[in-house]
Amino acid sequence: MDTTVTAKKKWWAGGYSPFNVSYGKLMMWYFLLSDAFTFGALLISYGTVRFSSTSWPDPNHVFHSFPFMGDMNLPLVFVSLMTFILIMSSVTMVLAVHAGHNRDKKAVVKWLIWTIIGGAAFLGCQAWEWTHLYHNNAWWGSNPFANADGTAAMNSNFTDFFFTITGFHGLHVTSGVVLNIIILLNVLGGTYEKRGHYEMVEKVGLYWHFVDLVWVFVFTCFYLL
Amino acid sequence: MSNEATLHGQHEVIHHGDDHHGNGHDHDHHHEQSFISKYVFSMDHKMIAKQFLITGIIWAIIGALFSVLFRLQLGYPDATFPWLESILGHWAEGGRITPQAYYALVTMHGTILVFFVLTAGLSGTFSNFLIPLQVGARDMASPFMNMLSYWFFFMASMVMMASFFVQTGPASGGWTAYPPLSALGDASIGSKIGMDLWLVSMALFVVSQLLGGLNYISTILNLRTKGMSMTKMPLTIWSFFFTAVLGVLSFPVLLSGFILLLFDRHGGTSFYLSELFVKGKVLPNEGGSAILYQHLFWFLGHPEVYIIILPAMGMVSEVLAINSRKPIFGYLAMVGSMFAIAILAFLVWAHHMFVTGLNPFLGAFFVLLTLLIAVPSAIKVFNWITTIWKGNIRFTPGSLFSIGFVSTFISGGLTGIWLGNSSIDIHLHDTYFVIAHFHIVMGVSAFFGMFAAIYHWFPKMYGRYLNQTIGFIHFWITMAGAYLIFWPMHYEGMAGMPRRYFDYSGWESFKMFTELNQFISFVVIIVFATQLLFVFNFFYSIFKGRKVTTTNPWQATTLEWTTPINPGHGNWPGEIPEVHRWPYDYSKDGKDFIPQTVPVSADESAH
Repeated sequence: MDTTVTAKKKWWAGGYSPFNVSYGKLMMWYFLLSDAFTFGALLISYGTVRFSSTSWPDPNHVFHSFPFMGDMNLPLVFVSLMTFILIMSSVTMVLAVHAGHNRDKKAVVKWLIWTIIGGAAFLGCQAWEWTHLYHNNAWWGSNPFANADGTAAMNSNFTDFFFTITGFHGLHVTSGVVLNIIILLNVLGGTYEKRGHYEMVEKVGLYWHFVDLVWVFVFTCFYLL
Repeated sequence: MSNEATLHGQHEVIHHGDDHHGNGHDHDHHHEQSFISKYVFSMDHKMIAKQFLITGIIWAIIGALFSVLFRLQLGYPDATFPWLESILGHWAEGGRITPQAYYALVTMHGTILVFFVLTAGLSGTFSNFLIPLQVGARDMASPFMNMLSYWFFFMASMVMMASFFVQTGPASGGWTAYPPLSALGDASIGSKIGMDLWLVSMALFVVSQLLGGLNYISTILNLRTKGMSMTKMPLTIWSFFFTAVLGVLSFPVLLSGFILLLFDRHGGTSFYLSELFVKGKVLPNEGGSAILYQHLFWFLGHPEVYIIILPAMGMVSEVLAINSRKPIFGYLAMVGSMFAIAILAFLVWAHHMFVTGLNPFLGAFFVLLTLLIAVPSAIKVFNWITTIWKGNIRFTPGSLFSIGFVSTFISGGLTGIWLGNSSIDIHLHDTYFVIAHFHIVMGVSAFFGMFAAIYHWFPKMYGRYLNQTIGFIHFWITMAGAYLIFWPMHYEGMAGMPRRYFDYSGWESFKMFTELNQFISFVVIIVFATQLLFVFNFFYSIFKGRKVTTTNPWQATTLEWTTPINPGHGNWPGEIPEVHRWPYDYSKDGKDFIPQTVPVSADESAH
C-alpha cells in the first residue's frame, strides 16, 4: 500500500481507487454487506416470530449434552467449545494474513492449515450436535422441547429456525473451508509468490472473519437468549 | 484488471487486484478471437450488454404476448379462439383459456417483465454497456464475473422457460408468490413443480444480480479515468450506481424469504403456515405467519421498482440534455434526489401491505415515508422540464421517448400519492387502479427510458442507426396506446373492479365496463404489434441500418463518443482520455458543446 499519502491528495478525482484498495477487495466488502442482509433477514424473521410467541424452549435444557458424556447435564458446554474453536480459527487466519504481508510462504501455509482444521472441527461439532438433536426427535417440522414455562410446544418454530439458520451458517463455513483449501493449494503452488502479493489470502480472510462474526450473532440468538 | 495500464502509470495503487482471470489485457495488439469467445462466452462488457439486451427483448416479446393472451380473455370473455387451443392445448380447451392458464399467464407476465426484462434487460444491458465507456475504463472490474452474471441470468431464463412446459404448468400464484398458496402444492396445480422451478430460477437470478451489481459498484468506484471525479460523472452512471447498491442490498433478503418458502414447501416447516384447511383437510402446520413472507418479499419488492426506474431516470436525463442542447438543470439536485430515493426505497416496503394484516399503527409511519418519496421525484420531474425548457430540442425517437418518460412518470407518480395513503388504499387496493398506477409509473416509464436509451446508444452498440421513421411510428402509437390502455383502468379501479379476476361478466356492478375492457384489449393488440415493428427495426438495423460515419453522431460530451465508431476490446485504441469538465457543457460560451476531454480554458466561464 502507498504509505506516503499526503493530505492534499484528491482521492475521488479519478484515475485510482478512492479507498486505495483493489477492486477485488472492494467487491468482497460489498459481498459481505450483501450477505449480512441475507443473515439479517433470517435472524430478524426469527426475532419477530420469537417475540410474538408466548413461550420458548430454554436453551440450557435443549443444549446440555456433550459427546461421550452420556446423560451428564452440561448446559452450553459443547457449544462453547464450538465457538472457541471457530474464534481460534479466526486468530490463525489473522496470523496467515499477517504472514502473507511479510511474504512468508511457510508461515502462510502453516496458519492456513490450522484455519482449515479449525473450520473442519467446527463443522464436525455441528454435525454431532445435529445428529444428537435428530435422535432426540428434533428436526425441521418437529419440535420435542417443552417451553421454558413448562408448557408443551405449540409448534415447531424453534427447531425450524434453529436448523435453517445454523444450517445456512454451516453452509457458509463449508464454503469457507473449501475456499481456504483452494487458496492453500495456490499458496503451495507458488501462485501468489509469482504474483508478488498474498492479497487472495486477505480476501478469504475477510470472508472467514465475516462467517465467524455471523456465528457470534447466531450463537447469541439461539443459545444465550 | 482492466485499467492496469492506466493505474500502473500513475503508481497510485501498488497492488490492485490479482489478474487471476487469465485475460491479461494488452490493448495495443488485438488478437483474433474465436466465435465462442467473442459472441458466446464473451468477457467484453459491450458484448455482454448486447447479450443482456437481446435476451431481454426475447423475454419482452414473450411477456407481452402473455398479456395479449389474457387481455383476449378479459376483453372478449364469451368469444372462442380456436387457434389458442392449437398453441396452448388443454390450457385453452375449446378456444378459451382456462382460469388456471389465465393465472399462469398473469403470474408469468409479471415475473418476466419485472425481473427478466426491466431488471436484467434494462440495467443489465446499459450498466454493462455504459459504465466502462462513460467512466473511462477498459472493461468492467472483473470481466469474468461479468460473464458469469449473464450466464446465471441465462440459466434462470432457461429454468423459467422450462416451467412453462411441465405438466402442471408454471407458477400461477401471482408474481409476488404469496404463501400459503405458493407454499402448498395441494392448493393449486400452479403451486406444484412450476412453483419450485420459479423459486430455483429466481435464486439463480439473484446470483446473477449480485455478480453484476458488485461489478458495477467496484467499476464505478475504482476504475474512473483520471479527472473523472464523482461529480463529473454523467447522471447515467450515478443512476447505475444507486441501482446496483439497491440490488446488492435487497435481493439477498428475497433469497432468505425464498429459502424459508422452500422449507415450507418441502421440509415440513411452518414459517409461513398456520391453521390451514386444504381440500377439506386440516393441515398440521402451526405457528407460522404469512405476513412474514410479505415483509421479506417487499423488502426487495419495493427497492425493485427503483431498480427498474432509476436507470431509466439516469438515461433519460442524459438523452434530454443532449437533445435540448442544454446542461441538465440541477445536476447535484438530481444526484441528491436519486440518493434520497435510494434511501427511502428501503423504508417504504410495508405500503404494499396496508390491508394484509399489518398493524395499522405501523402503517402510519409507512404512509409518511412513502409520501416523502414524492419530494425527490418531484425535484427530478421539475429538473427534466426545466432542462428542456427553451431548449433547442432535437426530436429524435430517443428524445421523444424521454419526453414520454417524463409524461408517464408524472401521471403514474401522482396516483402513487393516492395509493400511498393507507386510508384511500382500503378502497383502492387490489383494484385496477393499482394496475393502472404501477404500469404507467414503472412499466411504461421504464420501457420508455429503455427505448430512449436503445435509440440513443444503438449507434454506439452496432455502428448503425435505427430507422427513424419506424422509430416515430413506434413512439406515437406506444405513447397513445399506453394512455389508452391504462387511463381507463383508473376508472375501473375507482369503481371497485378487482384485479386478478378471470371473468367480470358475472358481476352486475362491472357489466358497464364490458365495452371498455374490449377497447383496452383492442389497443393492447395494436400496441403489441407496434412493438414487433420495433423488434424488426432493431434486428434489421443491426445488419442493414444506416451506417454511422462520425464518432460523435449526437454531438454529445461524454466519453463513449470519444471511442472509435466500432470500439474494439479495450474501448480506446490508445491511452484512456483524461477528463477535465462535467458532462453537461452544452451551449456554453457560444459553443454548441464541449466534450469532457477538453481542458477548461482560462477565459471560460464557470458552470
